[in-house]
Amino acid sequence: MLDSSADRAVGETPPVVSKRSRGLSDRAIAWLFVAPSIFLLLAVNIFPLIWTVRLSFTNFRVNRPNAEVQFVGLKNYISVLTDGDIWQTMQATAHFLIWTIVLQVLIGFALAYLINKKFRGNDMWTTIIVLPMMLSPAVVGNFWTFLYQPQIGLFNYAVGYLTGTDPSTFSMIGDVSLAPWAIVIVDTWMWTPFVMLICLAGLRSIPSSIYEAAECDRASKWRQFWTITIPMVLPFLMLAVLFRGIENFKMFDLVVQLTGGGPGSITELTSINLKREAFEKWRTGYASAYAVILFVTVFGLASIYVKALNKVKQR
Amino acid sequence: MPRSYLKSAFAAGVVTGLASLGAATSAQAEDLTLCWAAWDPANALVALSKDFEAKSGHKMSFEFVPWPNFADRMLNELNSGGKLCDLMIGDSQWIGGAAENGQYVKLNDFFDKEGIKMSDFIPATVTGYSEWPKGTPNYWALPAFGDVVGWSYRKDWFSRPELQAEFKQKYGHELAVPKTFEELKHIAEFFQGRVIDGKTVYGAAIYTERGSEGITMGAMDVLYSYGFEYQNPDKPYELEGYVNSDKSVKGLEFYKELYNCCAPPGSSDAYMSENIDAYKSGQVALQMNFAFTWPGINADPNVGGDKSGYFPNPAGPDGKQFAQLGGQGISVVAISEKQDAALEYIKWFAQPDVQAKWWQLGGYSALRAVVEDPGFAKSQPYAQTFLDSMAIVKDFWAEPSYASLLQASQKRFHNYVVAGQGTAKEALDGLAADWKAIFEDEGKY
Repeated sequence: MLDSSADRAVGETPPVVSKRSRGLSDRAIAWLFVAPSIFLLLAVNIFPLIWTVRLSFTNFRVNRPNAEVQFVGLKNYISVLTDGDIWQTMQATAHFLIWTIVLQVLIGFALAYLINKKFRGNDMWTTIIVLPMMLSPAVVGNFWTFLYQPQIGLFNYAVGYLTGTDPSTFSMIGDVSLAPWAIVIVDTWMWTPFVMLICLAGLRSIPSSIYEAAECDRASKWRQFWTITIPMVLPFLMLAVLFRGIENFKMFDLVVQLTGGGPGSITELTSINLKREAFEKWRTGYASAYAVILFVTVFGLASIYVKALNKVKQR
Repeated sequence: MPRSYLKSAFAAGVVTGLASLGAATSAQAEDLTLCWAAWDPANALVALSKDFEAKSGHKMSFEFVPWPNFADRMLNELNSGGKLCDLMIGDSQWIGGAAENGQYVKLNDFFDKEGIKMSDFIPATVTGYSEWPKGTPNYWALPAFGDVVGWSYRKDWFSRPELQAEFKQKYGHELAVPKTFEELKHIAEFFQGRVIDGKTVYGAAIYTERGSEGITMGAMDVLYSYGFEYQNPDKPYELEGYVNSDKSVKGLEFYKELYNCCAPPGSSDAYMSENIDAYKSGQVALQMNFAFTWPGINADPNVGGDKSGYFPNPAGPDGKQFAQLGGQGISVVAISEKQDAALEYIKWFAQPDVQAKWWQLGGYSALRAVVEDPGFAKSQPYAQTFLDSMAIVKDFWAEPSYASLLQASQKRFHNYVVAGQGTAKEALDGLAADWKAIFEDEGKY
């Protein structure tokens, strides 16, 4: 793959450049330009990946430098895949992933649709809406713990005001049935603007002439929405789903700040669980196998999804 | 002598002279880094260490990390062979791993050479902070900061006649410092949701934190007095019937009841700082917390002075009375290139006059000469409670695999106490099984 990239670069090198250089072949010059990137890629991505795969077949523990490292075959992989606790974290992750994506796509698209209309203060509202995604997830997690505080939290107060419930009688992050929704709400609040921006780009890329033609054909607004807007924005929406899906599969900081994975293990997502295995229990070999499984899962799902996305684009 | 020889000899002399000068300079003035948690006692240590700087010529730098991240950060540092810390005031449970993995310098020879005797320190702190294996004279740290879980309470509320009368009528005993956990629960229930001075207050702030060690410290603090044992005292690592004994189950059930009935709303993830906040803001009548919080409470304008009192862990149903040990020892990091200067610091720190000043500044000295001084018990309102509490301590596992053991208890306890999943028996059976698997992995059977 790297060779083909280099060959392509050589092939695309204009003849003038090759004439100017002395002593170095076109191929060598191309390699010279590509080499730093390749080196960085190998050092930062490929080497750690290979090293992780290697560690995943051992009993290595980073806190036991003196212990003998033994090859354990597939034992770590079997342990991970048969561990009930890990399947529970997978379920928690699936709940978080599905609901955040559904809500962010629906609300993000609706906001983009509104912002796309010309109205007074349009720019100001766009700026206000995108503010949450500019904040640090750790900061967002921290201040939402205050908003969710039963005695002084604004969120609880607002819910209490609207429903007549005593705010101190429910705890969004301390109640088993509410905590999974508490993290969904915060992530949706923070990242819906991102989906909105992508949808907005999609909406603004639709030529107005198409709508004008539809108007001439007396197509209703409703029909225009379903036959022009949605199909033409769909690739953008799918791209947003891909980005948010990958990001939320890896979600760590926001949820750690909000719930620490609790109450119990109700909001312990896979990345939190993985971190505990790797850097709290120091089961390095086991955690490496766990990481490889997650990587393959995300990579596999993302590849299938990208193929589907390309098909939609070609339509 | 040929001229070239003279030149060489002169040059060699200059180089040797400069080198020895450099060596002498570095021996006199090292830049030592001490790593510890970021909390009030750390500020006291900074103040105390100025004397060491003045006396030794060494410069002290400090790396303090907040408690929730302290273990993560510092264990990463030790495990990765980082050279940030020359001196480490590490948690008591790290001692097994740090000793077996060669991360701390063994101090026996140094103590012998300098005449530092472990018998001069509170026995529980020597066992808890310095020894590995436990119960053997192998020392990896000098007891630096004695600490233990105890309770602070609103003395001013307890002394109100109308509340005293109502309480006695309801529970049949005085509204006073509880002697048993049952009495403690009565007090917590009594104050839960009560309006005092126009403000709704709650019963007891207890440990429920999930991420690091909070709920384990809190639950164990109660379980010990109910009869929980880590293992068969006659057969190490035999857990079945000890970890999950009927008495342990009763203790865990009590902790959950206390959480359900009497914790302030929103305390599903509370540890030291959350409990301090709850207490100082006047929300709770009782606060479970480590003794290090008491000087801050005593000095607080809202709840300090005569408004607060302190008491050690009450007894369980069988009259047994134990408390969870906190605190740390100070160790020399084995990878440090400044071990001589680091040892010099420990030698200085062990001196009785330095330890006495350490107590005055807010650090809990573990030196018997300080705590057994006739004036010690009355030197602060909480001093006697500290002494009483230190006499009844028990500690969590200090095995090399302590982190895995701790994570298992965090999960089991939080799942049962806070999330309300399963029964206490199931939680403790699961915990015994988890710990057994970890020890099997360690080759302990």
